[in-house]
Amino acid sequence: MELLEFLIFDNLIYILAIVLGVILTVAYLTYFERKVIAFMHVRMGPNRVGPRGLLQPFADVLKLLTKEIIFPKNANKFLFLIAPIITLATAFAAWAVVPFADGMVLADINAGLVYVLAMTSLGVYGVIIAGWASNSKYALLGALRSAAQIVSYEIAMGFALVGVLVAAGSLNLSEIVRGQEGGLVHWYIWPLLPLFLIYYISGVAETNRAPFDVAEGESEIVAGFHVEYSGAAFALFFLGEYANMIIISALTALMFLGGWYSPFTGDSWIAQPSIFWFLGKTSIFLYAYFWLRASLPRYRYDQIMRLGWKVFIPITIVWIFVVAVMKVYHVGPWWN
Amino acid sequence: MTKIVRYLKSLTLNEIRKGLMLTQKYFFKRKFTVRYPEEKTPKSPRFRGLHALRRYPNGEERCIACKLCEAVCPAAAITIDSDVREDGSRRTTKYEIDLFKCIYCGFCEESCPVDSIVETDIHEYHFESMGKNVMTKEQLLAVGDMYEEQIAKTKQEDAKYR
Repeated sequence: MELLEFLIFDNLIYILAIVLGVILTVAYLTYFERKVIAFMHVRMGPNRVGPRGLLQPFADVLKLLTKEIIFPKNANKFLFLIAPIITLATAFAAWAVVPFADGMVLADINAGLVYVLAMTSLGVYGVIIAGWASNSKYALLGALRSAAQIVSYEIAMGFALVGVLVAAGSLNLSEIVRGQEGGLVHWYIWPLLPLFLIYYISGVAETNRAPFDVAEGESEIVAGFHVEYSGAAFALFFLGEYANMIIISALTALMFLGGWYSPFTGDSWIAQPSIFWFLGKTSIFLYAYFWLRASLPRYRYDQIMRLGWKVFIPITIVWIFVVAVMKVYHVGPWWN
Repeated sequence: MTKIVRYLKSLTLNEIRKGLMLTQKYFFKRKFTVRYPEEKTPKSPRFRGLHALRRYPNGEERCIACKLCEAVCPAAAITIDSDVREDGSRRTTKYEIDLFKCIYCGFCEESCPVDSIVETDIHEYHFESMGKNVMTKEQLLAVGDMYEEQIAKTKQEDAKYR
């Protein structure tokens, strides 16, 4: 009975807060994305629904929810419906270990980093199952591309995380952040700069976003794995993709930019650690997602593979050794 | 050697930085968008939109049923029937323009010896049921009556270039 009470009264509220927060953020992220890209195209972006177009996300959601879900002929209905649920569930599950501020975390587990890596990789099953269940050649091609791409970039991403692990000496995300206390120079972005870049770029590739969005590739395979999806099922894929984007940005902020710590030192209010620092740092990377999308053309498929296997993986392996050596000899302000 | 240098240069991500800076520059530029129903782009006095039949200031219709417009129309969108009116003058009994056939070339207006058929600068119109795309003589005259001032003004503006 005590356990039940604990689950309901403590964790349920946290879970609701996180899930609702993520969903609302995703809604406004779509608006933000359209505005940023429009501004970079020297356009206005959505400005019709509500003041300055601020109600546009709700209009989009209502439209998607009232649309019919079309099942393709000979599609496997069970797999067809379970695929978006897998994508969404894994994207949300990863949020369980994200510390928003000191102590503000749903599950403060020791293997947080591994858990996050597992959850973000599991998301690919949603894509593969969706492509397979759709009984469509474009969907299948998109799923194959996505699977190969995610497997390739997972390795570089994993190695980048090994660098963080070496630097922090812990897999617990809160511990990793605490290792970066003490202002701008103590953040891991400086000793781990190549790993930081590789982690973020791999993250962009993992979430199938431009310039690595070959799994969708409008010009080649229509919309890739989700061609056959419509209505609420498509909305779930959309939600999952954007939730994954937010989690990648949040993790980059946690592991390389010192999470909830302020870049300033001293006693003034601006140097205090707070959740707003974390949210601000996360938003920088979310903006970078759209910035990249507005700036870069889509990679050719073999170039993606070349970048993943021949560039990222060697660099990460070399830099892990560099980090290890720096740690052993207590270099800089980070490990003395 | 140059290959290695190029490879090392690519690792600095300098090219991508340049591209990102360019898009960032455009982010702050003034936007080109015209917010349509509130803002409109300027229109030339020669703009060819919805058709109208004009009248003389005394209320007499200009059209004398010469059928030049019907003959010149490349899309065969104009149909004219004519008869003798009670006062002995030749007038149209039927003057119809099928707006689906019309290609808005303005030849009818050019061919008209009495400046009767004109194309106004109205381009925001629609039809709500089948068959409404055929403008009858009454409708065309009504458009002419309603926008006579505007039509006269644009004709005046354009006159010195013709």
